[in-house]
Amino acid sequence: MPKFKGKSIVSLKDMEKKEILHLMKKAEEIKSGKLTQVLKGKVIASLFFEPSTRTRLSFESAVLGQGGSVFGFADPGASSAKKGETLSDTIKNVMGYCDAIVMRHFIEGAARRASEISSVPVVNGGDGANQHPTQTFLDLFTMLEKKGSLDGKVIGMMGDLKYGRTIHSLAMALTHFDVKLHFISPKELNIPDHYYDYLKAKKIEYVHSSLESCGKELDFLYCTRIQKERFYDPMEYEKVAGTYKIDKNSLEYLKHDTYIMHPLPRVDEIAVDVDDDPRAVYFEQAHNGVPVRAALLGLVTGTI
Amino acid sequence: MPDNKQYKVFKIEQGTVIDHIPSPRGLAVFRLLSKNNNSLISIGLNFDSKRVGKKDLIKFEGKIISKKETDKIALIAPEATINIIKDFKVIEKRQIDIPSDIHGIIKCLNPNCITNIEKIATKFKVVEKKPVKVMCHYCERTAEVKPDMIDKE
Repeated sequence: MPKFKGKSIVSLKDMEKKEILHLMKKAEEIKSGKLTQVLKGKVIASLFFEPSTRTRLSFESAVLGQGGSVFGFADPGASSAKKGETLSDTIKNVMGYCDAIVMRHFIEGAARRASEISSVPVVNGGDGANQHPTQTFLDLFTMLEKKGSLDGKVIGMMGDLKYGRTIHSLAMALTHFDVKLHFISPKELNIPDHYYDYLKAKKIEYVHSSLESCGKELDFLYCTRIQKERFYDPMEYEKVAGTYKIDKNSLEYLKHDTYIMHPLPRVDEIAVDVDDDPRAVYFEQAHNGVPVRAALLGLVTGTI
Repeated sequence: MPDNKQYKVFKIEQGTVIDHIPSPRGLAVFRLLSKNNNSLISIGLNFDSKRVGKKDLIKFEGKIISKKETDKIALIAPEATINIIKDFKVIEKRQIDIPSDIHGIIKCLNPNCITNIEKIATKFKVVEKKPVKVMCHYCERTAEVKPDMIDKE
């Protein structure tokens, strides 16, 4: 059985396949009610140096729902960071108040640094444009819940593949499985080169496609938002963004069981009228953040 | 070695010869090693070389380069050879090995990396050897090592 107690969860590259699958199993046991009160008596610090809705609230819901308690801040203005305290000093203080730290920070590498200093496990809730491992765990959980297994599955990743940290983490995690990837994005927003190297090294088949050409092959379509500020030319943005949106019409390109996922928040890349389609699972996906994060905290604090 | 060989860069009595630096990286290697270095330095550029095509070489009279300096050279000119000279003779041929992990020496190019915000020693993993590409232990960005990433201290 993988050993999680005391382990910080910073990046997907620290996670072996057996650890990911063990986490998925425990999350399923929590979701089904087989495991309850797994954080009873545990105190979790929630340090959000950058705004968050789903990640912070689902972590807090996970802790409270499993009998633990949570404290922290949702705005760095409410912490000593505002007075110029270094991250290292903040962590050295907070680790004395809790059993685990959940942290989101706008600086890349902040979670790794915190994990090196802290005597309690640190769970990365997102560090700048780098990693967001718990989002990936809930993505994988949702995929496994829907299809039972990931081996042999075909996943389309659409939108901003260059800057989207959820895409980067998910692509790394999927290399543990026998999957095929379709990248559906404007060339300006292709996944960074070193991910191609990583995929090649792990012998993962990938191809650049359009939704029209690959839709009937997909088991999952993972959408992300194309942000306007990534383009110098607003006209170019308008031209590109419209091509990477999902609406009722584009659903015709998909199979009857191609699940549509999104890390949220969405702006207009998935039309609201898609929400009622049984293939649209992005809200369910977000809700899965609660059992997955509860299981992760239970594992790293050693209660399960 | 017969003494009648014509040297385009003069021989040194003792010190270090860094040879087979692929052109035009000789000046970058020189800049890395020249800080606080008062030894007599001769530099040759663009020699023909069977091994690397065009090569540069640097001779430091009276200076034996350190392990840390050897590691720095490895990052930008892994093809180079290093000979330590005493009494005009090569007494040590130093192997250039690209380490698998690099602590310090180079800085992360990502301005939003924690190592550029708080005082933390950098750590990198070498992910490719030719050219040398490294991944930052903290922000996980991968970059090809360029001379301006290397700490001059």
